Amino acid sequence: MALRVLVAVKRVIDYAVKIRVKPDKTGVVTDGVKHSMNPFCEIAVEEAVRMKEKKQAEEVIAVSCGPVQCQETIRTALAMGVDRGIHVEVSGKDYESLGPLQVSKVLAALAKKEKVDLILVGKQAIDDDCNQTGQMTAALLDWPQGTFVSEVSIGEGGLTVTREVDGGLETIKVQVPAVLTSDLRLNEPRYATLPNIMKAKKKRIDKLSLGDLALSAGGNLETVSVVEPPTRSAGVKVENAEELVQKLREIGHI
Amino acid sequence: MALHSPLRAFPALKRVAGWRNHRLQPKRCMNRDVTDALSAVAGADNISTSSAVLEQHGKDESYHGCKPPDIVVWPQNVEQVSRLAAICWANDLPIIPFGTSTGLEGGVAALKGGVCFDLAKMDKIVQLNAVDFDVTVEPGVTRKSLNNYLRGSGLWFPVDPGADASLCGMAATSASGTNAVRYGTMRENVMNMEVVLADGRIMYTAGAQRRTRKTSAGYNLTNLFVGSEGTLGIITKTTLRLHGIPESMVSAVCTFPTVQAAVDCTVQVLQYGIPIARIEFLDDVMMDACNKFSKLNYAVSSTLFLEFHGTEKSLAEQIQVTDEIMKANRGSDYIWAKDQEARDKLWQARHNAWYAARALRPGCKAYSTDVCVPLSKLPEIIVATKDDLIQSKLTGWWLPNTCTLGSTANFRFIPWD
Repeated sequence: MALRVLVAVKRVIDYAVKIRVKPDKTGVVTDGVKHSMNPFCEIAVEEAVRMKEKKQAEEVIAVSCGPVQCQETIRTALAMGVDRGIHVEVSGKDYESLGPLQVSKVLAALAKKEKVDLILVGKQAIDDDCNQTGQMTAALLDWPQGTFVSEVSIGEGGLTVTREVDGGLETIKVQVPAVLTSDLRLNEPRYATLPNIMKAKKKRIDKLSLGDLALSAGGNLETVSVVEPPTRSAGVKVENAEELVQKLREIGHI
Repeated sequence: MALHSPLRAFPALKRVAGWRNHRLQPKRCMNRDVTDALSAVAGADNISTSSAVLEQHGKDESYHGCKPPDIVVWPQNVEQVSRLAAICWANDLPIIPFGTSTGLEGGVAALKGGVCFDLAKMDKIVQLNAVDFDVTVEPGVTRKSLNNYLRGSGLWFPVDPGADASLCGMAATSASGTNAVRYGTMRENVMNMEVVLADGRIMYTAGAQRRTRKTSAGYNLTNLFVGSEGTLGIITKTTLRLHGIPESMVSAVCTFPTVQAAVDCTVQVLQYGIPIARIEFLDDVMMDACNKFSKLNYAVSSTLFLEFHGTEKSLAEQIQVTDEIMKANRGSDYIWAKDQEARDKLWQARHNAWYAARALRPGCKAYSTDVCVPLSKLPEIIVATKDDLIQSKLTGWWLPNTCTLGSTANFRFIPWD
């Protein structure tokens, strides 16, 4: 059974960049900073492309919500082997208030529109660490979900999914259509090669707006302030155990 | 070219002794004034004389003992490097450039004390020219972080000495590595360098901001500095030649009953003109060490690790021909890997070789050396050295990689006790 797969990819600040908080504390500096695809989204794309290579997936579509620069992220997914892309354009204030709930609504709408059997997303984004989009999408669609996936295989009855949970590994059976969120050990994503980057330029990216999907922008969360963690202050050396106990008493730890 | 003329351009420097007398009477002068001067340039947070820091900076991955410097400084840009170097020059202090200390030759040992320039804070990727296939980086950028940065562009820097070394450090030591047979060593892949000389002058080995893919103009200073191991200057920027990531990569492992068979196979693969990307030979002692250390399950015998790069079609052809060669040389237990994880696992054995070998005899020290012979002599030298090792009762093992440049085979064997 060849599945139709939708993969969501998010454009985030590159993980290797040193983050700086804006002086007005409304957020982090994003202008002129290197952005790339969220690492967990790369893993999701890689899994989808491998399904395509094994002929388990019939078409793989990558979708990204955000400003026009998101098209670069979609192009990277296309260069990794995805068939075509969808860019849902959200910019300015709408983009600042874009969160997992809004993105889940977009994915749910697209899943119905494109008649998708499987949605693959990263387990969380490295900028907000929400870990919500996959779960919310499954709930909106009333589909089963397999989260923190470290292994997935497609069989006759559906998907066999191994999840990384706190206690170890859990294996569950999931019927399609379903939503899966990828964890770190699912696979090692391929690097886009130059020939594939060039071929990707010819692949199609459809542009949609929130209105095209009968959705509207506007979240119900407001960022109050963003500050850096407090700088670590120097430690204090003590001469002996008595002094240690005394100091601990002073700061109220014992 | 009058070397002492630029010193007249630094009237503020008080020279302690003439440059000619350097070798005869070094009057090294590390005192409060020098420390203050260095601190004034780099910032008080960027110098250290604490014993832990000095020890850390006197040692690399080699067996050589720790030779700590007198002080460590962390310059943040090339102007600071230049001014710090000028201070050291004025006070006859040795300068030791420091990258990632992943070297295997004791390059960071401060044999006569001096000032260690830890360049880790200069970690910018200065300029990437993807269409021109070149990138300029500072010394704090390591090989893996550059390849991570490049991952969306379809380009990579293939020189891979194993460790996650500083790229400028790799230029200073003319690093080679497993991919040398196809992509060359640092000598072929460094296009230009910004270097600070011992007296603080800043120069470009191929001209300021130049990144020509080929040139017949001027002296080849770039290749003078590549491999100079910190004896001629401090490398503060290097412009590197990038390559396209190959469309497809396949790795393979094959076991052979004898050393001769494995080596013959290597020689024949090269003679057939197969553009092999990596070909490495590990002997039985090494395979045993790797199995134990990395918890792998390879046959304990002479083994070849190979990697093929190319388009799908060319790979199929390369693999087919190599398959026939391996069979003709009594190779067996082939393992092929295409996925990134499977390939990484295969090569993990080679990359961890140094540590795996040391783990065979916990507490021992290992000494490595490199030998280079013509390709035709490769079988003979490996077999002869193995016999010597057995007779001398040293524990040692072979780790050759084959480089076809100038028709020589380059390898290192590592005996230790």
